[in-house]
Amino acid sequence: MAAELHVELVAADRRVWSGEATLVVARITSGDIGVMPGHQPLLGVLESGPVTIRTSDGGTVVAAVHGGFLSFADNKLSLLAETAELADEIDPQRAERALDRAKSGDDDAAGRRADVRLRAVAAR
Amino acid sequence: MGAQLRVYKRRIKSVTATKKITKAMEMIAASRIVKAQRQVAASEPYATELTRAVTSVATSSTTKHALTTEVENPTRAAVLLITSDRGLAGGYSSNAIKAAEHLTSQLSSERKDVVTYIVGRKGLAYYGFRDRPVTDSWTGFTDNPTYADAKVVAAPLIEAITKDTAAGGVDEIHIVFTEFVSMMTQTPVERRLLPLTIAPSSAEESAEVFKRGGEVRPLFDFEPSAEDVLDALLPRYIESRIYNALLQAAASKHAATRRAMKSATDNAGDLIKSLSRLANAARQAEITQEISEIVGGASALADATAGSDR
Repeated sequence: MAAELHVELVAADRRVWSGEATLVVARITSGDIGVMPGHQPLLGVLESGPVTIRTSDGGTVVAAVHGGFLSFADNKLSLLAETAELADEIDPQRAERALDRAKSGDDDAAGRRADVRLRAVAAR
Repeated sequence: MGAQLRVYKRRIKSVTATKKITKAMEMIAASRIVKAQRQVAASEPYATELTRAVTSVATSSTTKHALTTEVENPTRAAVLLITSDRGLAGGYSSNAIKAAEHLTSQLSSERKDVVTYIVGRKGLAYYGFRDRPVTDSWTGFTDNPTYADAKVVAAPLIEAITKDTAAGGVDEIHIVFTEFVSMMTQTPVERRLLPLTIAPSSAEESAEVFKRGGEVRPLFDFEPSAEDVLDALLPRYIESRIYNALLQAAASKHAATRRAMKSATDNAGDLIKSLSRLANAARQAEITQEISEIVGGASALADATAGSDR
């Protein structure tokens, strides 16, 4: 059995996903980072973007994360985000509509959020 | 029907109507407590993970930051008081206000200027009536706070702590809210948000720290740097703590409402009982009087006819 790390993906108001994984890829300020079991203790600032979790049973979980932190210690990875959604929970049509709406208006933040959601759906 | 009896009947009717209302409010509050409790529980993982991250940064880095260092001579302190928008909750709001008053006088005795921020109409009304200065206030979401509300409340506080004291900033942030201990117990508490108190707060916790004393804390790698991580952590930490406080306060408020409405319903029940006793007595007195009137009338009639026979 391959080495595993425990992952907790939590949003401000709920626990989005938790379980065992072999690899987690997330985007932090200095670029994409892959965390595998036994990584050095790390604390980083997350950028908005899709997070890919390769679970220990071979599946892949993709989530859209809008800002937050990543902390790894004692083989436990915590992804803290103000808002986070699993790609399966995202409605692509709705995100696209939101993106169009944001483009026509000047709402940069909403546009970025919709964009991250669509990227997460695409990466699924 | 006698006048007295009619008065009792009317009062019983009005008390019964009131009892129905308080009973409904009690049940609404009871269902809301459960919802609010679930929200508190759902926000817990984020708060614990964030606190863990903050403590690990604070203990393993040596950088100076508002989050971790205490100013030598703190001169200004912010106090955030969380009350409710609506009454009918027993001593809920006034207890929180009392705790804030206590904290304010304590801070003043330590020669700190107190800057007050208020959530909830009740607290605002108390300060407004006494003409006390309130720096900022928010109302309208105390029953069902969201994370977005917490962000709105946190924004000016974060701005204040990052600013210099001379420019209107603050050195400390305190928060007063009602902690939800259980369905029956809610206690107003005063907490210092910033600077962080890393010292263990309870006997159990200090025992825990003692047990882990020999353990080496992991040395963290900060990405991009310790200062940047702290800069980003600080607002999130304040927001999450305020969010948690708002949720607990909402749950406490619903619990207080439920209790107040339960005792109102019980009182109404007692009142109805004693009023119906009085109404029964009045009805009985009326019947007795009628009988004696009839008997009196009949015997008077009998006397009269007996007299005319003669």
